[in-house]
Amino acid sequence: MSKIKPEDLDKIGEKIKKTMLLREGSCRVKIIVHMGTCGIAAGARNVMKALMDEMEMADSKDILLTISSCAGLCSSEPMITIEEKDKPAVKYVELNAGKAKKIFIEHVLGGKIVNEYALAAGSERTL
Amino acid sequence: MPHITNVMICTCTNCISNGALDIRDTLEAEIKQQGLEEDVLVVPTGASGLCVNGPILMVQPEGIFYQKLTGGDIPNLVEEHFLKGRPVKSLMYVPPGEESPIPELRSIPFFKDQRLIALRNRGLIDPDKIEEYIARDGYKALAKAVTSMSQEDVIKEMSDSGLRGRGGAGFPTGRKWDSRRKDPRTPKFVVCNADEGDPGAFMDRSIVEADPHSVIEGMAIGAYAVGASSGYVYLRMEYPLAVKRIQLAIEQAREFGLLGKDIFGSGFDFDLQVFKGAGAFVCGETTALVASIEGKIPEPRQRPPRTTLWNKPVVINNVETWANVPVIINWGAKWFSEIGTEKSKGTKVFSLAGNINNAGLVEVPMGITLREIVYNIGGGIPKGKKFKAVQTGGPSGGFLPAKLLDLSVDYEQLDQAGSMMGSGGMVVMDENVCMVEMAKYFIEFTNDESCGKCTSCREGSLALLEILGRMCKGEGKEGDIELLEELGEAIRDASQCGLGQSLPNPVLSSLEHFREEYQAHIDDKKCPAGSCKALIDFSIDKEKCIGCLLCAKNCPQGAISGKAKEVHTIDQDKCIKCGVCLDACKVDAVLVA
Repeated sequence: MSKIKPEDLDKIGEKIKKTMLLREGSCRVKIIVHMGTCGIAAGARNVMKALMDEMEMADSKDILLTISSCAGLCSSEPMITIEEKDKPAVKYVELNAGKAKKIFIEHVLGGKIVNEYALAAGSERTL
Repeated sequence: MPHITNVMICTCTNCISNGALDIRDTLEAEIKQQGLEEDVLVVPTGASGLCVNGPILMVQPEGIFYQKLTGGDIPNLVEEHFLKGRPVKSLMYVPPGEESPIPELRSIPFFKDQRLIALRNRGLIDPDKIEEYIARDGYKALAKAVTSMSQEDVIKEMSDSGLRGRGGAGFPTGRKWDSRRKDPRTPKFVVCNADEGDPGAFMDRSIVEADPHSVIEGMAIGAYAVGASSGYVYLRMEYPLAVKRIQLAIEQAREFGLLGKDIFGSGFDFDLQVFKGAGAFVCGETTALVASIEGKIPEPRQRPPRTTLWNKPVVINNVETWANVPVIINWGAKWFSEIGTEKSKGTKVFSLAGNINNAGLVEVPMGITLREIVYNIGGGIPKGKKFKAVQTGGPSGGFLPAKLLDLSVDYEQLDQAGSMMGSGGMVVMDENVCMVEMAKYFIEFTNDESCGKCTSCREGSLALLEILGRMCKGEGKEGDIELLEELGEAIRDASQCGLGQSLPNPVLSSLEHFREEYQAHIDDKKCPAGSCKALIDFSIDKEKCIGCLLCAKNCPQGAISGKAKEVHTIDQDKCIKCGVCLDACKVDAVLVA
């Protein structure tokens, strides 16, 4: 890779935003599994596995499954966040493989929030 | 400066026919009227998909939808939401088929009072992808520093920001950097102290796991400011995920040319490596940490005016301190210094643990009260029990009782109250926690972790432990409290490093606030919290027992006898005082005395 220049940062940022940010990209839904030590200890790997299985079965090109770390509320892990285009992100708490599957089918595929497992919608205050 | 709030107004044909353009004009006029034009930006967007309910507004970053708006709604909306920060529920969109909309994240007490600066990317980016960090303004501060700021400019920015060391001692970061910059010896080093070891503390681990590049970028900026060309992240092996993530992050930064030679074509060279500590608590102490990196036995040394690494200048800062640096460079010292209190600027990350409903990682502006942290963010004490104390600053810190709950969190106030900010561990204790036992727990920890160099620390902690152990067994005697105090002061005076000097703090601060509890252990041979096993007996209240057999079924020793619908009894010889019956009983018939 050739020497990076300050203005290159924006280009890299813009490029990745196409997949990261749904508003600018081709994906319809993004699923974030919170995989910090707290999440993993509480069973995030099982949740991840269940979602991967569902992804395979759904064989959908507009769903992005990705990871992130601790979402802050360690006592309610495993947690996932579902972002849909032009809608506030929804955080789900205290999950297991079965609940993750239900969320995938009803929310990710069906577009309906699973109220019983949802904590809240929206994002945190940063900066 | 970017706008804080973006209001997306749908201007599709459908919404325009419903009056979206008039709404937009009214909105802009009202925002101007309220003097909010610098904070709120109105953005026309395309079809939102909800246009049958138009005109539609979506407010970012909160992600709130407003629907079926009329011009008359706008003044109230602007005043309530954008000026006072209170979303207007009556205008919000409720998805069909839902009786109650799920709450807005920022209306939830746990998230409401938090403000993320060090944790700005938590839960948002994939820590294994450098591009995602870059997309959230990552490495822009480094680019700015090395291409457009002098070393003095960077240090001035840090000094003006008022940032103080987040490892606990609170030394002004700018001043620390300045003294190393002026040191003529070379090469120079920067070190990230991630040797987090306080029981109940997990701030550093979480930051490194969630956003390793924020630490790397902060360190690179620090290295530029002082003239260092290499650095170490001192991370304990007990944090395997954090080690893995930061190692990957360093490799990616090298690949992108953000570490290495001639960064951003500025001529500045810097590289970084991870040093895995073996997990000794004392290695978090500065002089022991450098000894460990030098390959020596990690024993603290007589603290020189300035710590060195291989006799060369070194800047050692905590994970959270480094993570704050890029934000200060990007947003400026003035912006940062407006957050927090007069002498403690910015935010602080705390790990909230113990007897608390919402255990987790929180970042709050300095100056918030302990009560707000425990009750609003933490959601109070489980099972409706009473708050007894909160322990801040780990084994070096102290206990703060209920009467100090309104204390505001800043370096000076916590110090004055006999505790300390520490790195940010916060352990909450309910009414059933015995303070003598708790002090014993912490002394056991420091006794175990003492490096053994100073007699006062090595043997002193053992002597404290012996006395506390006796008290918990009901063998405390008159004069023990005075002995604890005398011994504690001697250990504090005679030990060389911070670990030894602060070792007696849990004993001394619990004695200050809970002396009567110690006295009860000695005089009455009782444990008022009902926790010290040697001093309590379990029995069954004959009036309350309904003979349900629940306690008998759950007792691991088979110590409870009795038939259904008859009063049960506990065989004191078999009872191991585990408390299982107490938790099992539904009618509060198990007595602890």
